[in-house]
Amino acid sequence: MKGIAEIGFSQLLAAYVFLILLLVMASRQGIDKEKEIIVSALRMTFQLVLMGYVLVYILEFNSLLLSACTLFLMELFAVKNIYSRVKVEINPRLRRVIVFSMFTGTVTPLLYFLLAVINISPWYEARYFIPIAGMFIGNSMTGVSLGTERLIDSIKTKRELIEGALMLGATPKQAAKIAVNDAFTAAIMPTINSMVGMGIVFLPGMMTGQILSGISPLTAIKYQIAIMLGVLGSVSLTVFMLVRLGYKTFFNERAQLVG
Amino acid sequence: MFVLKNVRYKNILYIDHLVIPKGRITCITGESGSGKTTLLKLLNNLISSDSGEIFYMGKNMREIDPVQLRREVVLLPQTPVIFPGTIKDNLLIGRRFSERPPVGDDELSVLLEKTRLSKDLASSAAELSGGEKQRLALCRVLLMEPDALLLDEPTSALDNDTADLVMGLVANYARDKRKTIVMVTHSKELARIYGEKLVTINGGRIVHVEEVAE
Repeated sequence: MKGIAEIGFSQLLAAYVFLILLLVMASRQGIDKEKEIIVSALRMTFQLVLMGYVLVYILEFNSLLLSACTLFLMELFAVKNIYSRVKVEINPRLRRVIVFSMFTGTVTPLLYFLLAVINISPWYEARYFIPIAGMFIGNSMTGVSLGTERLIDSIKTKRELIEGALMLGATPKQAAKIAVNDAFTAAIMPTINSMVGMGIVFLPGMMTGQILSGISPLTAIKYQIAIMLGVLGSVSLTVFMLVRLGYKTFFNERAQLVG
Repeated sequence: MFVLKNVRYKNILYIDHLVIPKGRITCITGESGSGKTTLLKLLNNLISSDSGEIFYMGKNMREIDPVQLRREVVLLPQTPVIFPGTIKDNLLIGRRFSERPPVGDDELSVLLEKTRLSKDLASSAAELSGGEKQRLALCRVLLMEPDALLLDEPTSALDNDTADLVMGLVANYARDKRKTIVMVTHSKELARIYGEKLVTINGGRIVHVEEVAE
């Protein structure tokens, strides 16, 4: 099998033609977004270059401690991203639930995946650990953002129904069930939907990468299927913990709906 | 059944002393915004007072499990709450929430007819009119057979005839089963007819209490 063709510096520059194309179109149409486009492209370039060097270092050292620290940082950025993506105010208890759900909901399936599915030695081999952790955390982050937003919104708009249930002697769990299920569905649907089009409408990035680097497509799809199921597990687990613990933050110790 | 002592809630309600007797119908009247609904919510512990004590059956409400209390003291809000599903689902949801066995379809139909709501149990509850929803919600809480029923303007969306009919049903229910009823109404007339104890609230304070002789 031949390895991937190296992209030279001038060839890489040639790829920026696409960016220039977009800028020209935007200014022709009077779409006032040039600044955002340039900033985004610069951020993309800078972040990836930085990540490239960091990854070279991490993969070379291949230490559990270093990988664990990287994982911790990724989780922190993901949580920060969730806080800023959710446009409504998140109560402090719900913020703690988000942190807890993200950490346990991604790390547990990650460990299972590395030990039982990939089964490599050492199990924390950075070449696997880091990218797989990235995919789990990234997808769970999207799920938790959607779930948090929907949970807050649903409890607000269904307030009458929830209080109506409480008046009839429902427990907070029974009363909030409608909002909890609503949030769970909204959060996992994108992941479910992405499975439908996979392989037909688009080739996932990871699989594309493996094929480009000369790996047999048959090996690549096995990885892709396993990863997709792992992502599904991680998203479901994080979102499930989020909604099942999260609804409680809207009730006080007298089982009254607050906030 | 309820005793309130020095109860304060925000700047809405100030009750120094109020006794609500067991097994009787207490009517609370007053202008809108006078704190009537807030009082009902306090009795159902949907909200807690900022200070003062409320005793239920001699026990301080703060020491009673709120969910258990709400299964014994059920509040019917002025705007009826309709859950997704059929009329039957809506009738039985109160018993389901309070973990009691469902009742048979015959009994449900008989009760509906008593409120002149002759509808198919399997039809969607969302399509009922305002007045029909109000009667449906009332039937739901009657089916729960709680020790105390807190009714917030239970006939506000009904015409006079239906209102009389429904009130008669509630009064009979209370008498037959020796249940406690606390009813908020803006109608002094309804209060006069059905109330055994009349409480008038104005600006969050009790301005008049009257026991009606049998």
